[in-house]
Amino acid sequence: MNTRIYVPADAAARSVGADVVAEAIVAEASRRGVAIELVRNGSRGMLWLETLVEVVTGAGRVAYGPVAPEDVASLFDAGFLTGGAHPLGHGVTEQLPWLAKQDRLVFARVGVIDPLSVADWQAHGGGRGLRKALGMAPAEIVAAITKSGLRGRGGAGFPTGIKWQTVLDTPGEQKFVVANADEGDSGTFSDRMLMEGDPLSFLEGMLICGLGVGADHGYIYLRSEYPDAERVLTAAIANARAAGLLGPNVLGSGKAFDVTLRRGAGAYVCGEETALLESLEGKRGEVRFRPPLPAVAGLFGKPTALNNVVTFGSVPAILADGPEAYAARGVGRSKGTLPFQLAGNLKQGGLVELPFGVSLSELVNEYGGGTASGRPLRAVQVGGPLGAFLPNDALVLPLDYEAFAAKGAIVGHGGIVVFDDTVNMAGMARYAMEFCAIESCGKCTPCRIGSTRGVEVIDRVRAGEDREKDTALLRELCDTMTHASLCALGGMTAWPVLSALDHFPEDFGSPGAAAEGN
Amino acid sequence: MTASSTNSASVRVDAAVVRAIAAHAGEAGALLPILHDIQDTLGWLPPEVTPAVAHALNLSKAEVRGVISFYHDFRTAPPGRAVVKVCRAEACQARGSDALVAHAEAHLGVGMHHTRADGAVTLEPVYCLGNCALGPNVTVNGELAGRVSPARFDALVASVTKEGA
Repeated sequence: MNTRIYVPADAAARSVGADVVAEAIVAEASRRGVAIELVRNGSRGMLWLETLVEVVTGAGRVAYGPVAPEDVASLFDAGFLTGGAHPLGHGVTEQLPWLAKQDRLVFARVGVIDPLSVADWQAHGGGRGLRKALGMAPAEIVAAITKSGLRGRGGAGFPTGIKWQTVLDTPGEQKFVVANADEGDSGTFSDRMLMEGDPLSFLEGMLICGLGVGADHGYIYLRSEYPDAERVLTAAIANARAAGLLGPNVLGSGKAFDVTLRRGAGAYVCGEETALLESLEGKRGEVRFRPPLPAVAGLFGKPTALNNVVTFGSVPAILADGPEAYAARGVGRSKGTLPFQLAGNLKQGGLVELPFGVSLSELVNEYGGGTASGRPLRAVQVGGPLGAFLPNDALVLPLDYEAFAAKGAIVGHGGIVVFDDTVNMAGMARYAMEFCAIESCGKCTPCRIGSTRGVEVIDRVRAGEDREKDTALLRELCDTMTHASLCALGGMTAWPVLSALDHFPEDFGSPGAAAEGN
Repeated sequence: MTASSTNSASVRVDAAVVRAIAAHAGEAGALLPILHDIQDTLGWLPPEVTPAVAHALNLSKAEVRGVISFYHDFRTAPPGRAVVKVCRAEACQARGSDALVAHAEAHLGVGMHHTRADGAVTLEPVYCLGNCALGPNVTVNGELAGRVSPARFDALVASVTKEGA
């Protein structure tokens, strides 16, 4: 039997040369006359070890990494096809503490399977949730999601079951499912990794949603910055249709569901759900007034269940193993698991799926291994560009929606960006305003104008002409943006700005810069 | 430009527009997919695209123009023969992207948001490529590269800079 070798085709692995490594392995095997079977899998999430090559042996899958093309010959010399020892060897993949300690529900199959093989997906438990759902009434499906305690993973944390119930209860001939795959927050990549590593489970979650709310069509709004995910999804959708998972008669149930994949066009604000709907309708991605909620009048005015990719990805396990098993994980009102993304200046960046309640310190210091630069950690930003900057002493915080909210911070989409002591936090505050100005949809004045004035006033604070007056003005501006903006872009840009000002006043030129607002 | 080359250019634009509109006929809210298709073919959206698409979709020219101008991806001027993007978002900043931006501008001899005078390269910022553990990140003609040091950057754009030399 041919030895099976896995080389990830995940965009992160490809960005550091996985394609060249894969070619080198094939070439070297052929040169040596060894028969191998190469599988391009998703990433295991240990991104600092990419390109992580795995070989199937009698003891299990054995990992080598980070492999560069020039390492390939020596791997063959060391007998890596039978798990031979090599300086890049890590032993059996599943036994690596970094992986073994995780609780992977959403990412159970990512990095394990061939993402495009329906057979491989099913052999690893894919489709179990869908088969259960096909035997349930719509109200039962929605009740299971409600009971699981699942909350929207895109950032807002709204209870998914309540959203689905609203769509189910709203009368309408045509309803839609929409997946928000516009993962624009810096420091986040779990949507991308799931779509590239296990697209069929993501589609399964959309399908189950369609069955639950009574929609026969779904749209995926994918950001244009993810061409690899677009390629994988396009192929996965075709394979799912061929296997009868998608189409007019889902797995012979007589129920229909199909999806349309749409590409965004480089607008951060389209991650906001109503701007996303406008964009899907072919318009400028401007935020809508609410009400009506998208669940009542969403895409083309129809009731729409709009959720994030990881929310849909969480659904199959809830159906397959029961909502109780899901709700047993986590803390307080933060139930289940979240795929955390360790990013920025970390030695061991990657994806860690754990139940809520894990501390920031465990993620950053133990999984992340501290800063990549080896310099002291200065700040952590959780939840993307609209999340607060946290100082070192906040690392004790448990990852829990409510615990973060109590500290004026957000968990958001679970992205964690670490900065070392070379960062200038006034510069980061300025960037937050600048980013808001670049990405504002322009519909409401506090965001459109406030962000530009924010850049200017931060520049004046830093210049120090009348720091006290300008700091007060900055706080007032933040207050206006927070309370008068239409959506989270203008409404939350103040969080990184004010947290930088409060926790790192020395970077704004004055030790007293924080006192103003206290 | 000769009359015949002007004609062949406009024929090419017309063909791209017709093909894109036909590919999405009957699809609801198809303006973005149509504009993407045209730009994928032509590399940018020449001015004559706006009235043609507006006519086909029964929209006003202002509506089409408004959509084109809203989204960062849509180009109303032809890009350089190579397009280089450097991520400027937080996670890449934490790994040194500010310095990389300065290096890129100096090395390529063109500022952010600009196309070099010889048309060889357009340099642009991008805000997150979803590779935030392996920054700083760069794309060259859409191909993602992670952990980009100045030396790796120079290697990635070697073909571009050679052409301009």
